[in-house]
Amino acid sequence: MNLSVEQTSESPPSSVLVRVNPETGQGQTILKSNVPVPKIKARGLSAWFGAKQVLREIDLYIYPRSVTAIIGPSGCGKSTFIRCLNRLHEMVPGARLAGQVLLDDQDINAPQVDPVLLRRRVGMVFQKPNPFPTMSVRDNVLAGLRLCGKLKREQADEIVERALRQAALWDEVKDRLREPGAGLSGGQQQRLCIARTLAVEPEVVLMDEPCSALDPIATARIEALIHEIKHQYTIVIVTHNMQQAARVSERTAFFLMGELIEVGETSRLFTSPRDRRTEDYLTGKFG
Amino acid sequence: MDRKHTDAEYERMLQQIRERLLLMAGRVEDMIHDAIESLVQRNSELARKTIEKDLEVNQDEVETDHLCMVVLARWQPLASDLRFITLAMKMVTDLERIGDMAERICRRALWLNERQPLKPYVDIPRMGKIVEQLLKTAVDAFVDGDIERAKEVIRRDDEIDALYRNVLVELIHIMQSGEEYVERALHVQTVAKMLERIADHCTNLAEHVVFLVNGEDIRHSRRYRD
Repeated sequence: MNLSVEQTSESPPSSVLVRVNPETGQGQTILKSNVPVPKIKARGLSAWFGAKQVLREIDLYIYPRSVTAIIGPSGCGKSTFIRCLNRLHEMVPGARLAGQVLLDDQDINAPQVDPVLLRRRVGMVFQKPNPFPTMSVRDNVLAGLRLCGKLKREQADEIVERALRQAALWDEVKDRLREPGAGLSGGQQQRLCIARTLAVEPEVVLMDEPCSALDPIATARIEALIHEIKHQYTIVIVTHNMQQAARVSERTAFFLMGELIEVGETSRLFTSPRDRRTEDYLTGKFG
Repeated sequence: MDRKHTDAEYERMLQQIRERLLLMAGRVEDMIHDAIESLVQRNSELARKTIEKDLEVNQDEVETDHLCMVVLARWQPLASDLRFITLAMKMVTDLERIGDMAERICRRALWLNERQPLKPYVDIPRMGKIVEQLLKTAVDAFVDGDIERAKEVIRRDDEIDALYRNVLVELIHIMQSGEEYVERALHVQTVAKMLERIADHCTNLAEHVVFLVNGEDIRHSRRYRD
C-alpha cells in the first residue's frame, strides 16, 4: 500500500496521511494532523532600497486564522517585510526583492499576478489612521470595493454594516454613516480603516503598528477587535509595543538588522527566548 | 559579563530585589543554624533571639514582594527578567516559610530545654547541618545561575527524608517504652518534621533556579531526583 501525505481541501487545510488501495485506487484517510498549513511562506526573502539591503534571506511561515506579531527595533526591516507580503514594497522607487513570497503556495511576485487583486486578498492597516477625509463613514468603508466595480445599494448597506460590526464600530457610527470619516476620534478612524480593509473580505490582514497613534482605551478596542476577527483571517501585526505583541499574537517573530533572529510561540518567546539577541531586546539590554 | 539594562532605574530596581533576596536568605540561613544550636546546646537565650529574627524575615518578604509588584507595574518585564521577578515572589514565600519553621523549632527548643533530654541528639543536628547546606547551595545556585548546584539540592532532599524516617522510628520506640516520654518525643518529632519541610522548601528554591536559568519547569517531576 502507498502512503502519501496530501493536503485536504478543508479550510484551514491540514496535513493528512492517506492510505491508497492499489487495486481500487481509492484513498482512505488514516491520520489527520492538526498542524495547519502555512497561509504565507516567505522563502529566502531579501529586499533592498537602492544599494541598501533591508531584509536578509528571511524564511518565515505565517499560519492561517491566527495572529503573527513581528517585533524588533526601528530599522530592523519588520515593516518592509510585511510590505513585501502584498507588494507595497515595489511602490518605492529603487526597491527590489529576491527570494519568494508564496500565498497559498502561489508566488505573489509571478508576472501574471495583478498587484491590485493581490491587495484585495492581502489588505493592510497603517500606523496612522487614514480615512479619506472628505468621504462619509459609509463611503470610506466601501472605498476599496468601489475600485472593483459598482455595487447595488442593498448589497452595499449589508457590507457596510457587516464590516463596521466586525471592526466593532457599528454601534458608535450607525447614526452617523453619512457624516465625514474625518469627524471620528483617532481610535474610531483606525477602526474605520480596519472596516474598510475587511469590507473587501481579504484573506490576510497586515497591520503596521495600528495602535501607535492611539490612546490606551482605543488600543484596547483594537486589540479586542483583533481577538474577535482572528478566527476568520490571517493576521500579521508589526508592533513596537512588546506587551501588545504578547497580548494579541499566537506567534512572534523577532527581526534585527534585516535578519529573522527567532520565531516561535509567543508565550514561549516572551518568557524563555532561545537567542541571546532576542533576550537582550526583550529585557532592554545593551553592551 | 552580564549586560546591563538600558534603563538604569530598572537595572537598579532589579539589583535591589536581588540584594533583598540574598539578605533574606542569609537571615534565614542563620535562623536554621541558631535554631538547631539552641536545641542541641540547650541555649534558650539563643532560641529567643532567633524567634525575634523571624519578624525581620517577615518584613523582608513584604518589602521584596512590594518591589516586585512595582517592577511588574512599571516595566512589565519580559524573558529572563520576567522569570526573575515571578520567581523572586515565589522565593520570598519559600524563604519566609523556612523562617517560620526555624521559629517553630526554637519554640520547641524552649520547651524541651526545660526538661530532661530523652537522649543525646544525633540525627537532628545531622539533619540541621544538611538543610543548612541545602539552603546555602540553593542560594549560591541562584546567585551564580548554576543549574548543577540546583540539581544537587534536589537530589539531596532524599537524604533528609531518610534521616527523618530514622528519627521517627527511634521516637516510636522511645514512646512505646513509657508514656512519660511521649510528650517530649512528640516535640522532638515536630523539630525533625520542620527540618524535613525546610528541605522541601530548599528543593522548591532549586527548582525555581532551574526555571530561572533555562526556562525549564521541573516542578512535580522526578527529574534530577533519581
